[in-house]
Amino acid sequence: MSAPEIISTSDTPRETFVLNVGPQHPATHGVLRLKLTMEGEYVVRAEPICGYIHRMHEKMGENRTWAQFLPNTGRIDYLSAMTYNHAYVAAVERAAKIEVPLRAEYIRVITSELNRISSHLVWFGAFLLDLGGFTPLLYAFDDREQILDILEAVSGSRLTYCYYRFGGVCNDVDADFVRGCRNFVARMRPRLKMYKTLVTDNIILRKRLEGIGFINSEMCRKYGATGPVIRGAGVAYDVRKIEPYSIYRDFDFDIPTFPDGDCMARYLVRMEEMAQSLRIIEQAIGRFPDGPTLTHGVPRMLKPPAGDYCFAVEAARGRLLVRIVSDHREIPYRVRLRTPCFSNLSLFEEASAGMILPDALAELGSLDLVIPDIDR
Amino acid sequence: MANGDTPVIHSLQELADQFNKLIPHETLPAASGTTEPAPTSPVQMEDYAAKGYHLNVCVQPDQVVGAAEILDSHGFALDAVTGMDWIAANEMEVVYDYFHPMNSWRVVIRTRVPRGKPEVPTISKVYPGADWHERETHEFFGIVFLGHPNLTPLLLPEDADYHPLRKDFVA
Repeated sequence: MSAPEIISTSDTPRETFVLNVGPQHPATHGVLRLKLTMEGEYVVRAEPICGYIHRMHEKMGENRTWAQFLPNTGRIDYLSAMTYNHAYVAAVERAAKIEVPLRAEYIRVITSELNRISSHLVWFGAFLLDLGGFTPLLYAFDDREQILDILEAVSGSRLTYCYYRFGGVCNDVDADFVRGCRNFVARMRPRLKMYKTLVTDNIILRKRLEGIGFINSEMCRKYGATGPVIRGAGVAYDVRKIEPYSIYRDFDFDIPTFPDGDCMARYLVRMEEMAQSLRIIEQAIGRFPDGPTLTHGVPRMLKPPAGDYCFAVEAARGRLLVRIVSDHREIPYRVRLRTPCFSNLSLFEEASAGMILPDALAELGSLDLVIPDIDR
Repeated sequence: MANGDTPVIHSLQELADQFNKLIPHETLPAASGTTEPAPTSPVQMEDYAAKGYHLNVCVQPDQVVGAAEILDSHGFALDAVTGMDWIAANEMEVVYDYFHPMNSWRVVIRTRVPRGKPEVPTISKVYPGADWHERETHEFFGIVFLGHPNLTPLLLPEDADYHPLRKDFVA
């Protein structure tokens, strides 16, 4: 839509106008478009318009073999590709009853948690950039770079990983990886302390984020919003704890929740989650087992038994569910991706009504959207 | 989070019993169109480790709203709505996934509609989050959600008149 159109009619006493934000706009982080009906500075209705980066991954799943779909999984939420790898391979492993060696499970947990931290760091930088603070982005990307170096060494990619395989992971990790993880944990703890002193406890940020953008637990339930959004509404819902998968049961970690439901609560959840992920990585590195990293004898041309199978994981942005339907052929009958950002954005229209524009954009940033994850 | 006036359920069996009351016993679910054997009962407990969900319920198309209301009253959250094209059986399936934010319970509600007239009532009045999921299912499969407030394309172009996830769709 080019110029804003005035929709002032005789039966509406208030004068409203339509304001277009995006699809190319720094606050929408990619190609999301918002059609805002405004009354002065206040948002009357915010309608997200999606689909600008729709690629039909679900149809692609129906015209290639089970293994050939693996690279697609890294390109849906490109900031937490490891967890998407995990959900898909684990769904196929569930269907074909493939066992995963213990060492491979450890590698999956460590790389997924590293990826979660790197994803949260991008959000941290970008969110503060939305709010007008430029410097934290540079610090966050410096930390993120350390993670990307570790993950690149084992997986070969810096962003769109395709590292997991049916029955394990494609490369074993070496001593450098273990050393790198140890160093990263040692480096990141003081950095998180620094972020707390410099950013989280900053009165300017507090005054900007506290008391705006309320999303309560009931709204999360009705819309299926998960991840830091529901935890920022005080519900300790985390797939890693509630439907424990892989070996998450064996680790000691907390689910941070903050009851306020405002932008600050969601901010605090993610900051605390990084510390919890460091705990998991530290424990996993501390008792890293030896052994094989890929089950032998998994056929190259897999034909899972007919039926439908689901697998849910906790991605960086919330609950990711992969549903696969097999009709006992080399090609999936259906691959369904239930992505967290889709549900998290769907509540924005209701949540943003009545807010002033800058606060609505702060709320949008606090949802931590990755647009390809919505559009698929 | 469950509403105060509804009895709290303590097990999935109690939930299954409520679905058994909702569904008349003569309605047996159809075979899936794959080589998987047809379910023997419309309400079936599943092995979570093997399937990824606990309860599988096949209902008639006009019962999806009733099923959603039962789950809503027990504090379930909407996970996703999607379709499935069983072209060999000349049927469309609509699949509703639910999860519970406090328990590990996962419930799947399914219904079958004829491929020539794929119509089910909308559940977006019970779960407003279903609005987008139903729009997506409509554009991808051509399944019509009766009573939906705005059944326009969500991800496809606004003038799209094709349904790409139908099995007979050719690009």
